[in-house]
Amino acid sequence: MAVAEQTQSIEEQRSWEGSLDQLRGLVSERAITGETMLLNMGPHHPSTHGVLRLLLELDGEQIVSCLPDIGFLHTGIEKSLEDKSYEKALPLTDRMDYLSPMSNNMAYAAAVEKLLDLDVPERGQIIRVVCLELARCASHLVWLGTHAIDMGAMSVLLYAFRERERILGMFEMLSGQRMMSSYIRPGGVWRDVPDDFLPTIKQFLNDFPYKVDDYEALLTKNPIWKDRAQGVGVIEPDVALAYGMTGPALRGSGVNWDLRKAQPYCGYETYDFNVPLGEHGDVYDRYLIRIHEFRESMKILNQAVSRLETVKGPYRSQNNKYCPPLRSELGQSMEAVIHHFKLWTYGYDAPDEEIYNAIESPRGEIGCYIHGTGANKPRRVHFKTPSFIHISALPVVSKGYLLADMVAIIGSVDIVLGDCDR
Amino acid sequence: MEIPAARDPVSALREVFGEAILHVKEFRGETTIVVAAERTAEALDFLRVTSGLVYNMLSDISAVDYFPDDYGDAFDGEESDYRPERFGVSYHILSMLYNRRLRVKAFATEDDPRLPTATVVWPAANWLEREIADMMGIVFEGHADQRRLLMPEDWYGHPHRRDYPLGKETVAFSFNVDEIHQHKPFARD
Repeated sequence: MAVAEQTQSIEEQRSWEGSLDQLRGLVSERAITGETMLLNMGPHHPSTHGVLRLLLELDGEQIVSCLPDIGFLHTGIEKSLEDKSYEKALPLTDRMDYLSPMSNNMAYAAAVEKLLDLDVPERGQIIRVVCLELARCASHLVWLGTHAIDMGAMSVLLYAFRERERILGMFEMLSGQRMMSSYIRPGGVWRDVPDDFLPTIKQFLNDFPYKVDDYEALLTKNPIWKDRAQGVGVIEPDVALAYGMTGPALRGSGVNWDLRKAQPYCGYETYDFNVPLGEHGDVYDRYLIRIHEFRESMKILNQAVSRLETVKGPYRSQNNKYCPPLRSELGQSMEAVIHHFKLWTYGYDAPDEEIYNAIESPRGEIGCYIHGTGANKPRRVHFKTPSFIHISALPVVSKGYLLADMVAIIGSVDIVLGDCDR
Repeated sequence: MEIPAARDPVSALREVFGEAILHVKEFRGETTIVVAAERTAEALDFLRVTSGLVYNMLSDISAVDYFPDDYGDAFDGEESDYRPERFGVSYHILSMLYNRRLRVKAFATEDDPRLPTATVVWPAANWLEREIADMMGIVFEGHADQRRLLMPEDWYGHPHRRDYPLGKETVAFSFNVDEIHQHKPFARD
């Protein structure tokens, strides 16, 4: 394209009167004639929880159609993973769903374990469960705070972040990082829990149920909250299934599907907990489900912490072909030095096969598809992320509701744009 | 209501589709069924509605590029890798009723990568297919929305292909984009 032509096309792009032809077939004919209004929401709108742009077609205040536009936070993580050995790829997975990095680590680590047929010792499994449930609480706390602030309840955010800070403090104890922890690794976890972790988490488990009561006191019976949330953004169960929704968005519609129960991993089948279900599938039901999930997570955490005190042993697989030997062995064993060197330079080979493994993250099913090459780098890694699926379902969920309800709907399906764009 | 007994998806598909079932593979407890490309959507719909199978949810669609390794060679039967074409597209489907997963795989050719769309079976396939069309360059015939999803509209190339450079590139801005594309080392172009 010649420079003059290109300058002109940029001018055209900047013009206020853009062509509507490219939207033909995507919005209704009424929008083309100007009968309904087209409105951009985002990508810098505070309640889109990141950089999501929605092109809304409005009839008065009513949403006729909605075209989500994503890709603003696309970082090419899946492509970058192709050039990294399996273990070194792990820190990149933290950066997808930045509100619950532990779940991403787990999805990736579990997929690699499945590809390699690698074992995880019992103590490693228990530490993983502790991390995953803490991550679920931390993620739901951010959701609660931002969802409430979107709907006009300012103070909940401050309370929620106060408790989240304590969870992030515990993650720092475990991994040295508050958010991008990279703690769950293929074969187990990076290191054993430090000595002061158990008293800290016990103190937290002691306090937290009362904090959840406080949030509920602010919101659950609040008439303004109920008016904004009840009967809004209703997702019928068959619609939720057809659009592939998972997690609280699916359970809010009353479909009993939780991968922790249905296809247990990390020994979830040995813990006693319930899966809260909604009835109407509206914003309020999804709110209640996440509040109940706080309490169910507390149940799991209490059981896991008591097991952590009794179950001793290795926290990471002893298979030194895939997991590095202990530092203390390096001074005594030549084999350990060789394995250590090999693992941190070359990595390990994985079979030239494809596998898919899914876990239940705070937002829904995170699936990880890995196709190996037979060498130390994957051919393709693909993440099926819940936010991606849920944003693709926004048009059908939001249809017919008011513009102000859109904010409530986005908040209630709980999206993270880093998770969506990868 | 009594739940009908679970059926084996492989034999059920073979009964109906016969020759169109090209290959079946088992790895780490996951079953992969390779279906002829033009009958993919039909096979997925069959798996979704047939009693005893009821794969009611589409979990994921992922695409893989077998370039530059061997593909397209005659299949000798012993090789565990069945790769008749360059691109593989895997549909991961889930049956909640019987609590099991299945992978349906189709291959798309290098010269004209085309597959029928699965949006008629599950609306969930909409964005998953758009992502693959964008990142892998596979055309899904009959898909209502053929715009790019993640990359900008004027982007050249499909980033998830294996011949797409991984890094060490000049950042493309609107003033130098033509210049960059002129000497871009796409191996297959």
